[in-house]
Amino acid sequence: MESNGNEELSRIIDELKSLKTEKSNIEHRISALEAQLRKIKVKKDDEMPNSNGSCTSTVKSFVDSSFGHGLSPNMIYRYSRHLLLPSFGVQGQSNLVKSSILVVGAGGLGAPALLYLAACGVGRLGIVDHDIVELNNLHRQIIHTEAYIGWSKVESAAAACRSVNSTIQIVEHKEAFRTSNALEIMSKYDIVVDATDNVPSRYMINDCCVVLGKPLVSGAALGMEGQLTVYNYNGGPCYRCLFPVPPPTTACQRCSDSGVLGVVPGVIGCLQALEAIKIASVIGEPLSGRMLLFDALSARIRIVKLRERSSQCKACGENAALTQQQFQNFDYEKFTQSPLSTSPLKLNLLTPTARISSKEYSEKVAGREAHILVDVRPTHHYKIVSLPNSMNIPLPTLEDRLPEISSALKKEEERRGVNTGSSACLYVICRRGNDSQRAVECLHKMGLTSAKDIIGGLETWAHDVDPNFPTY
Amino acid sequence: MDAIGTENTSKNVDSTHEGNENTSVEIKVLFFARARDVTGLTDMPLVVASGSTAENCLYELMSKFPSLKEISNCMVLALNEEYISESTIVKNGDELAIIPPISGG
Ligand SMILES: [Zn+2]
Repeated sequence: MESNGNEELSRIIDELKSLKTEKSNIEHRISALEAQLRKIKVKKDDEMPNSNGSCTSTVKSFVDSSFGHGLSPNMIYRYSRHLLLPSFGVQGQSNLVKSSILVVGAGGLGAPALLYLAACGVGRLGIVDHDIVELNNLHRQIIHTEAYIGWSKVESAAAACRSVNSTIQIVEHKEAFRTSNALEIMSKYDIVVDATDNVPSRYMINDCCVVLGKPLVSGAALGMEGQLTVYNYNGGPCYRCLFPVPPPTTACQRCSDSGVLGVVPGVIGCLQALEAIKIASVIGEPLSGRMLLFDALSARIRIVKLRERSSQCKACGENAALTQQQFQNFDYEKFTQSPLSTSPLKLNLLTPTARISSKEYSEKVAGREAHILVDVRPTHHYKIVSLPNSMNIPLPTLEDRLPEISSALKKEEERRGVNTGSSACLYVICRRGNDSQRAVECLHKMGLTSAKDIIGGLETWAHDVDPNFPTY
Repeated sequence: MDAIGTENTSKNVDSTHEGNENTSVEIKVLFFARARDVTGLTDMPLVVASGSTAENCLYELMSKFPSLKEISNCMVLALNEEYISESTIVKNGDELAIIPPISGG
């Protein structure tokens, strides 16, 4: 009976698996075909533009001559709730339809920003990103779906935007935004939305906007906080006016290291869409010369008045006159001491003799070698997942807690009855293998010269030794 | 910026007068982003001698929280929700906000 039950169970699981694969393949095919179809439609629409007077379509020319705002009957129906707004109306929508907006980054900020910009009818919407969709993006990057895991974020975001609004033009820039391509890409748009996640990109996008005279809608989110400003607009300051000196690398944090509550970039991304829409449709008072600070935990929004444009600014100041050539030659990674790409830092501080691979460590555990494993991650990381029998001593507390390590080593030696003369080994692990190296350096200095780090940390352990070990 | 500076200075004439009686002023310091992480606080009261500038307040804070030094070159300083230069004099009841940039997304 039981074996029959097991057989049935595995048959169902197998069939489900194969059906799901089939389904996802069909979905991909459908969305690829839909994308193709829309591109062809957009091209056809481009061939008969509704704003240049020489319309080939009699219906469109009727609309143009009758109403004078260039909105087709379809557009009037689709955007009717905008048109009914007295402060927005036909003029606002008509401005929006003629505008073009570039969103750099299709992540936590870009996701809601792109969806709203597509939905509201921005004429041309560009998306720049070089990343692929991963499972741990989905809690905040709500434009991507499970079916697109492993696909490029630009393709995924473009497909989502097209499914919301097939009547606008969506341009896919499936590449990293760099000084070599920034000017060419950005020059094709009226407004830029910075939805990136790192310091060098923020300086680069700012400078490119200054060089090309484009307004920059800048948003940022981390942890429970968000920030929003419009730079380089209507005589207001640019990013460099406020922050001429980049933050030290110790102060730079990314969501991949520090965490972020998913809805926080969602809120800021929506506000970025709002500011971009205000600029594009020429309504209201854009957030220029002011910074909005969003505090999710206390449910507080503060708006701080910013300084004026700085005459000393290296980008937009009186004597700056940053040229396209200077921009292209500027080394943003060197200036900020941090990489443009999101690939995590890989330190190499130690000699090979002070390190072991995760495979070697697993052999030592299997061989019941006398040892102590110190995990130097922050406690809230340790609570997510940890290796058995490890002790958690966060890196900043390592020096103070040295006696604990020494006594643990002694205990282990007594417990294992290690022969006098030899001793228990000391291994150090962290998430990715950087902090463990810093810790080993510190331990060596403090006299524990046998300390070794486990190369690549828990991520490598999960990859090379135990595929069921959770990563985060 | 000059306009704001002048305004603040002129307002300070009164508060300096009050300050002479108390010889100290109490302000509220608001921490954001990285400043929140390194201090472990969202806000705190700070008592400084009357006539102290924002820069004096920063020195005071950095002696309490040495790790604030890492962001001292890269932040927006606002008094009562308006940008100020470090030489602005703080008054009793002022709110001094320390706002380092966030770069995540
Ligand atoms: Zn500037």
